Amino acid sequence: MAYQWDFTPVFANADLLAQGLVNTLKVTGVSLACGLVLGLGFALMRLSRQRLVSWPAGFVIEVFRTTPPLVQLFWFFFALPLIVGIEMTPLLAAVVTFSIQSAAFFAEVFRAGIVSVERGQWDGARAIGMTHGQALRRIVLPQAVKRMIPAFMERAIELMKTTTLVATIAYADLLFAANEIAQKTFRPLETFTVVALIYFVVITAFSLAARQLERRLAVSGESTVH
Amino acid sequence: MTILGVSGLTKRFGANTVIAGIDLDVKKGERIAVLGASGSGKSTLLRCLNFMEMPDAGTIALDGKVIGRRESELTLVRQRIGMVFQQFNLFPHMTALGNVMEGLRTVRRMSKPDARARAERELARVGLADKAAHYPAHLSGGQKQRVAIARALAMDPELLLFDEPTSALDPELVGEVLGVIRALAEEGRTMLLVTHELGFAYHVATRVIFLADGTIHEQGTPDEVLKHPRRERTQAFLARHKEFSL
Ligand SMILES: Nc1ncnc2c1ncn2[C@@H]1O[C@H](COP(=O)(O)OP(=O)(O)OP(=O)(O)O)[C@@H](O)[C@H]1O
Ligand SMILES: [Mg+2]
Repeated sequence: MAYQWDFTPVFANADLLAQGLVNTLKVTGVSLACGLVLGLGFALMRLSRQRLVSWPAGFVIEVFRTTPPLVQLFWFFFALPLIVGIEMTPLLAAVVTFSIQSAAFFAEVFRAGIVSVERGQWDGARAIGMTHGQALRRIVLPQAVKRMIPAFMERAIELMKTTTLVATIAYADLLFAANEIAQKTFRPLETFTVVALIYFVVITAFSLAARQLERRLAVSGESTVH
Repeated sequence: MTILGVSGLTKRFGANTVIAGIDLDVKKGERIAVLGASGSGKSTLLRCLNFMEMPDAGTIALDGKVIGRRESELTLVRQRIGMVFQQFNLFPHMTALGNVMEGLRTVRRMSKPDARARAERELARVGLADKAAHYPAHLSGGQKQRVAIARALAMDPELLLFDEPTSALDPELVGEVLGVIRALAEEGRTMLLVTHELGFAYHVATRVIFLADGTIHEQGTPDEVLKHPRRERTQAFLARHKEFSL
């Protein structure tokens, strides 16, 4: 007996899916933005010659790079309230976890990007009287960031998929919505097929846009590759 | 009048003493050619003069005032001492005009129209007014080096340091850069120039310094050092460079 595919119950719940997608994008977007800022901070700390500055950053980066995301999420959501008495909503716990986790990843990307800029660029900047900070901001970072775009895209895509973990702490993301619909309609195959398609479309659109941006940057001035 | 007074300058890299107590007075309007074998410390000497490398000992005085080690003082000093590198070190993400404007905007905090006008004048001076909108990747080596010179000149330096400005260039592009440097010489600018272009040094320099073992091994007028060197190592060095005839 062949399985009868029927997508109508899924489409009947389109509003749930839409809300789930919005929530997924919210967690992903906020985490990426915070992760970038925090990651740059970690990278600069890591590059500092002072051990007291570079070591803590290195420690945080290593912890978040070597532990499973699910454990991190549980830790922030269940353990932190017990230890310091801070209650977190699922959204906040998710954003904090994925921000720091992304920051740990971006710190390494930033660091690699910064050290990949030739020493001569620092020389050229300092020779006209720039301070270290000015040289970093005006000369080195803009070149480093261009080289980071592929790694950034990679991470954004990875993160969007990792955020499905927030369903485990009852945050109503796209996967959480899918679960609900599947249970309600007894149509799990259809539901998850549609959800997979949504991820596929959103991530592909994002990749194309990012590639376009990269191409635009490459045209203005020197290309990313040397 | 002495612009730059160097006394007992010493620089080590680990156990390697590259500059071993150099004394040097640079007078206003002087053009000093610095010669020496590869690894003799020519670049290190120049980089110590604007504190791109921190000297291990000795003092450097600019206009009679000994330069301290505070970063805020050093950034001011570097504005007064321009530097041009063998590898140009242009900023690849900025146009030629952007490169020249950068110091005026970021360091001098000049308004955009003022910085632009000034940068355009400097580009015109090196003959590149029509390349203002080009990115370095689309310029020839000679053009890149002229932009780099314009970038240095925009800061109104009292002293210019050139570290082998033509060594990275194809032979046919050397002339245009030397032409710009010669024009600066004719304006009476004070400069130190590390170069292997002995003919150019002979005609443009007012003094020639030969470095060996981290010290000034021999110095004098171009005629004295290049035509009638007294010391053996200078003679040997010049003999090796005979093909670049004077
Ligand atoms: N940052 C550094 N760290 C360690 N050693 C260095 C450094 N810079 C220069 N040196 C060493 O100092 C010595 C002098 O180098 P320098 O670049 O000043 O020579 P140079 O006369 O400019 O040579 P060239 O003609 O090849 O440019 C060399 O032995 C070099 O290996
Ligand atoms: Mg050198």
